[in-house]
Amino acid sequence: MLLSILRTLITALISLIGLTILTFVISQQDSTPLHDFQSNHWFGQYFEYLSFLLSANWGDSNLTGAPVLNEFFKYFPASLELLFFAILIVVIGGLGFGILAAKNRGNWVDNSVMGATLVGYSIPIFWWGLLLVLFFSLFLGVTPVAGRIDYQYYIEPISRFMLLDTLIGEHQYGGAAFFSALNHLILPAITLSWVPMAIMARMTRSSLVNILKFEYIRTARSKGLSESRIIWVHAIRNAMQSLLAIGGLQISILMTGLIITEYIFAWPGIGHWLLNSVARQDYPSIQGGILALSAMVILFNLLIDLLTNYLDPRKRRPIS
Amino acid sequence: MSIVLKSQFSLSTVVSISLLATLLGCEPSYTSASKSFNNTLVYCSEGSPQSLNPQTSTSGTTVDATSGTIFNQLLDYEPGTTNLRASLATDWEIDDSATRYRFTIRQGVAFHSNQYFKPTRFLNADDIVFSIDRQRLKQHPLHRLNDSEYPYFTGQGLNQLIKSVEKINDFQVEIILKRPESPFLSIVATPFFPIQSKEYAEELTKLGKIKLFDKHPIGTGPFQFLAYEADSYLRFKRFDQHFAFQSEFEDLVFSITPDPAMRFARFSAGECDIMRHPLPIHNQIASQDNTITSIETAALNVAYWSFNTEKAPLNNLKIREALNLAVNRKAILRSVYNNQAVLAETPIGPGSWAYDSALAKTLYNPEKAKQLLSEAGYSNGFELDIWAMPVQRAYNPNARKMAEMIQQDLLEIGVKANIVSYQWGTFLQKVRSGQHQSVLLGWSADNADPDNFLTPLLSCAASMSGSNNSRWCDPTFDKIILDARIETAQDKRQQLYQKAQEIFSQKKPWLPIAHTPNHLLINDSIKNVSVSPLGTISFESVSKKLQEETP
Repeated sequence: MLLSILRTLITALISLIGLTILTFVISQQDSTPLHDFQSNHWFGQYFEYLSFLLSANWGDSNLTGAPVLNEFFKYFPASLELLFFAILIVVIGGLGFGILAAKNRGNWVDNSVMGATLVGYSIPIFWWGLLLVLFFSLFLGVTPVAGRIDYQYYIEPISRFMLLDTLIGEHQYGGAAFFSALNHLILPAITLSWVPMAIMARMTRSSLVNILKFEYIRTARSKGLSESRIIWVHAIRNAMQSLLAIGGLQISILMTGLIITEYIFAWPGIGHWLLNSVARQDYPSIQGGILALSAMVILFNLLIDLLTNYLDPRKRRPIS
Repeated sequence: MSIVLKSQFSLSTVVSISLLATLLGCEPSYTSASKSFNNTLVYCSEGSPQSLNPQTSTSGTTVDATSGTIFNQLLDYEPGTTNLRASLATDWEIDDSATRYRFTIRQGVAFHSNQYFKPTRFLNADDIVFSIDRQRLKQHPLHRLNDSEYPYFTGQGLNQLIKSVEKINDFQVEIILKRPESPFLSIVATPFFPIQSKEYAEELTKLGKIKLFDKHPIGTGPFQFLAYEADSYLRFKRFDQHFAFQSEFEDLVFSITPDPAMRFARFSAGECDIMRHPLPIHNQIASQDNTITSIETAALNVAYWSFNTEKAPLNNLKIREALNLAVNRKAILRSVYNNQAVLAETPIGPGSWAYDSALAKTLYNPEKAKQLLSEAGYSNGFELDIWAMPVQRAYNPNARKMAEMIQQDLLEIGVKANIVSYQWGTFLQKVRSGQHQSVLLGWSADNADPDNFLTPLLSCAASMSGSNNSRWCDPTFDKIILDARIETAQDKRQQLYQKAQEIFSQKKPWLPIAHTPNHLLINDSIKNVSVSPLGTISFESVSKKLQEETP
């Protein structure tokens, strides 16, 4: 058990070191050096760079002059808000549709869910996002085209989570501002969650269908348990481990999707910020943004690894 | 079995139906922002301003964000026209030598306030002197604030021209010039002469926050600055103590939407009331939709392809001539402008009194171009960088496409062109420092005087400051445009400008491409928004259309 955890941790650590080497190389591309290095050799400079990173000195943005880390935390809440809702849709929708298909395996419900998800993960999301805008915003007029909130509401950024700010901030708009912010989340969240949700649904279905062939399920059936009880109590728990591993992989898809989605919907999050920094050749922001985003993916995967370890008794045993 | 099936359905259908419900939006009555809430005016702008102080930038985006809102000048232009009118100065006198300008300042003009500053006095002569001296004097404490540069001021050679700015009494200021300058009043009326608060600068210095001076601007304009999130929005609040104008809108928001298709989508969905820089196709759609008004103003602008004459082989006149002849401008006019513009032959447009209609026209002639190339010793062609500006402007709706068309044309004469682009701020910065080889840019005049097309764009002084991006400096040409500035009789000035335009078309530092009218789309519930021929939007008297007025 301990050895297995150790191995997971070391893998994550190696990835993080590789990442800092990459961003270190990027930071060397800027004409004005980000940090004052004492050492003349790149090897020594790299270690100095690491200590700068650890002491939260990530350099200043070329454009605004503000510390990169501050900029990051300024844009991050908007992304996190979007990610939260996207993950919610991935989990609920992915499991929901997957279970629905598994229960109806072979009939039209199964076929249509499978068909829809196949289309779902084949569609490039920038196109999908625009289609959604075209239909829901311009044709039906039920959702906004872009942005985080209607402009008639001026919400002072406090936590920078728009939904939270509309609730805790002092303003005269009441609940209307909250609903406006929520309405602005719908299309971006759906766009972002679409591909991972389709993958999740297909994975849920296939692992459930697999598990439902096991002997112990037949035993459960012969005891006269209802199909729902079999799935929710007996099958899902066993399917969960592989789903969790798959879920961990979805986070990197979500992160790349995030950048595209934020661009389409003019969502002022880190993806938007990163793209603008690239366009402006703002190297400190680019390397800070990449570092923070990738570190998040690595840490999230670490968390998933540890969790699957914990859930799957077989993995607790070290391979010797 | 049927019972089991039913229960199977119930659990997971709930999940999918609730998803569908969110998908379709639970508020079917969602209508456009502005129509439902009439106190906010939303303007879909085309980019983030480079700065919130128009002294430090010449970009139209900065001017729109600041001069139509936060600041007033001593004089300005009546909205939608080029007629001068009194603003912060109520009266002005020019002495016989045409070098002393005495301005009488309006009394009781209040400044905005913010979290750092509550003004204790009204506008007076000190503020005028302060605002001009900051740009003029190297030793002024704010001159180098945040590495400020004053491209318009230096481009116009004003630091050389102005001898002194003196306070006569609290409400009179005298500006003394070293020599007569005909366009001077037009220059003072440009957005680049905002009047700022001296008291605010002192207050911020005391607080140790002087760096915020240009980031949290204080002015006297009809809207006061509230908040700015780069690439997202700019917010203003109506300034209730403005000396002349009271908008019917309490809030003004600039929704920064660089992509024109997305801008039009937001406008169509009612998320903004005014859309800047519609594409030609949007104007066509608007003409068929009776809820949208398209405002067109004959413009003083020019789109051009400028050659960096400091770089080989573009320092060779033959090469520049060849490139001039190689480009099929009629095709560009058709494809890029949908024929909604006129061909340009000189920087000055046909709308100006100084336009020279007798000037020889550049005609598309690739054969002649090839011949010129081989005469210049480049019969095998060469490689050329074309920098295409990354944003839309009234004068150029799609520089990228234009660059691609030029690229194709050049291929015919054996010149291989590479298209280069950067984000707008970076782009301007690099062009200013002369890193480009050739660049597709343009200019919207900021005052109505014809000199405005020549001195800032083609003079030797402007080639030092960088706004002359062909970096072309011709002493004869420079002398003529200087003479024309000193001369006060219009017919004599006209002759001088014709001579200048002839030299321009002989030396070909640019290929002029088009003059375009300005367009603005507004939704039908508002009125009194205008774009001047100078390309500046004015919000001062924007108001709602009453219900009865709507047909």
